[in-house]
Amino acid sequence: MAKVRGAVVVDKEGCKGCGVCVEVCPQDVLSLNREVNSRGYHYSYMKNPEACIGCSNCGVVCPDTCLTIYRVKVLESEI
Amino acid sequence: MDIKDIIKPENLVYKKSELLIDTIMHYCPGCSHGVVHKILSEVIDEMGIQEKTIGIAPVGCAVFAYNYIDIDWQEAAHGRAPAVATGVVRLNPDNIVFAYQGDGDLASIGTAEIIHACNRGENIVVIFINNGIYGMTGGQMAPTTLVGQVTSTTPAGRNVDLNGYPMKITELIAQLPGTSYVTRQSVQTAAAVRKCKRSIKKAFQNVIDKKGTSFVEVVSTCNAGWKMTPVGANKWMEENMFPFYPLGDMKDSDKKEVSNN
Ligand SMILES: Cc1ncc(C[n+]2csc(CCOP(=O)(O)OP(=O)(O)O)c2C)c(N)n1
Ligand code: SF4
Ligand code: SF4
Repeated sequence: MAKVRGAVVVDKEGCKGCGVCVEVCPQDVLSLNREVNSRGYHYSYMKNPEACIGCSNCGVVCPDTCLTIYRVKVLESEI
Repeated sequence: MDIKDIIKPENLVYKKSELLIDTIMHYCPGCSHGVVHKILSEVIDEMGIQEKTIGIAPVGCAVFAYNYIDIDWQEAAHGRAPAVATGVVRLNPDNIVFAYQGDGDLASIGTAEIIHACNRGENIVVIFINNGIYGMTGGQMAPTTLVGQVTSTTPAGRNVDLNGYPMKITELIAQLPGTSYVTRQSVQTAAAVRKCKRSIKKAFQNVIDKKGTSFVEVVSTCNAGWKMTPVGANKWMEENMFPFYPLGDMKDSDKKEVSNN
């Protein structure tokens, strides 16, 4: 059986820490970092990367388009 | 499986549109303007109309739209984007022209321009960002402000005896024979963004097909002006704006109703 895995790359400097991506993720993958970027924003990061399914919901709603999404099908044997 | 095995070019499913200029937008965190700019960039890119599209930027927070989307732009005086769009499209009928306006710009100072451009059925797209207030100047009441809504000029909430009623200008515009497509969308969830994108694409296609005016309202947030968090503002919009400004198509006809062509 194939399973889907995803990954999100955050443009740390572009992120304004609005949290909209965190809210829309169906898998509770994202969170706002305790650290801030050079402009003082708590940027988004993958708190729970294993759970990402690469649905792109986070990327689609981000007002600053700072998320790039990858998605791959993996066989059970490769997990 | 390691994250670095997922992050490979062949697995890419979502990235920033090539038409979005690589800079940090001045908008506040969570602002709906950013999402709509992104949608416009994607639509123009996917339709392959970058070289033919001319945007008319408003006065309001989106005054700098020309810094963010890599197409030709003309800045208009406050509320006059539909008049400028009229001139541009009449002189260049093969270009694809859209006006991008806020609710102060479109429904207050520019009411005459928008009503008459839509009534003439100018072959343009109008993108109308309704965030219920004047965002840029400090969150004052707009014609679209809800009854009871607190703004910097209605600290006790909008009072109809003093301030009049909120205006559903999109419903008025849908009555005008010059419009072929009139819809109200939003961008607070992934499903809403995808739907709004389909609407904006259809509006651009209508202009290519010379169907008259296509008007897309996006019920939006101005969380800074509303003094809420971005996520809180999205919820407030769903609970308070959507009942008064219901989403969906108001008109989707084949052509503007009266035409000499
Ligand atoms: C002729 C004129 N009158 C007033 C102003 C001041 N002004 C600038 S932006 C604005 C309101 C913009 O509000 P809106 O169109 O809702 O856009 P938002 O900033 O909320 O996106 C006003 C009144 C101006 N620039 N020009
Ligand atoms: S939606 Fe975009 S700007 Fe907002 S926190 Fe997420 S990545 Fe950052
Ligand atoms: S791609 Fe989908 S599952 Fe992965 S972080 Fe984004 S919203 Fe969550």
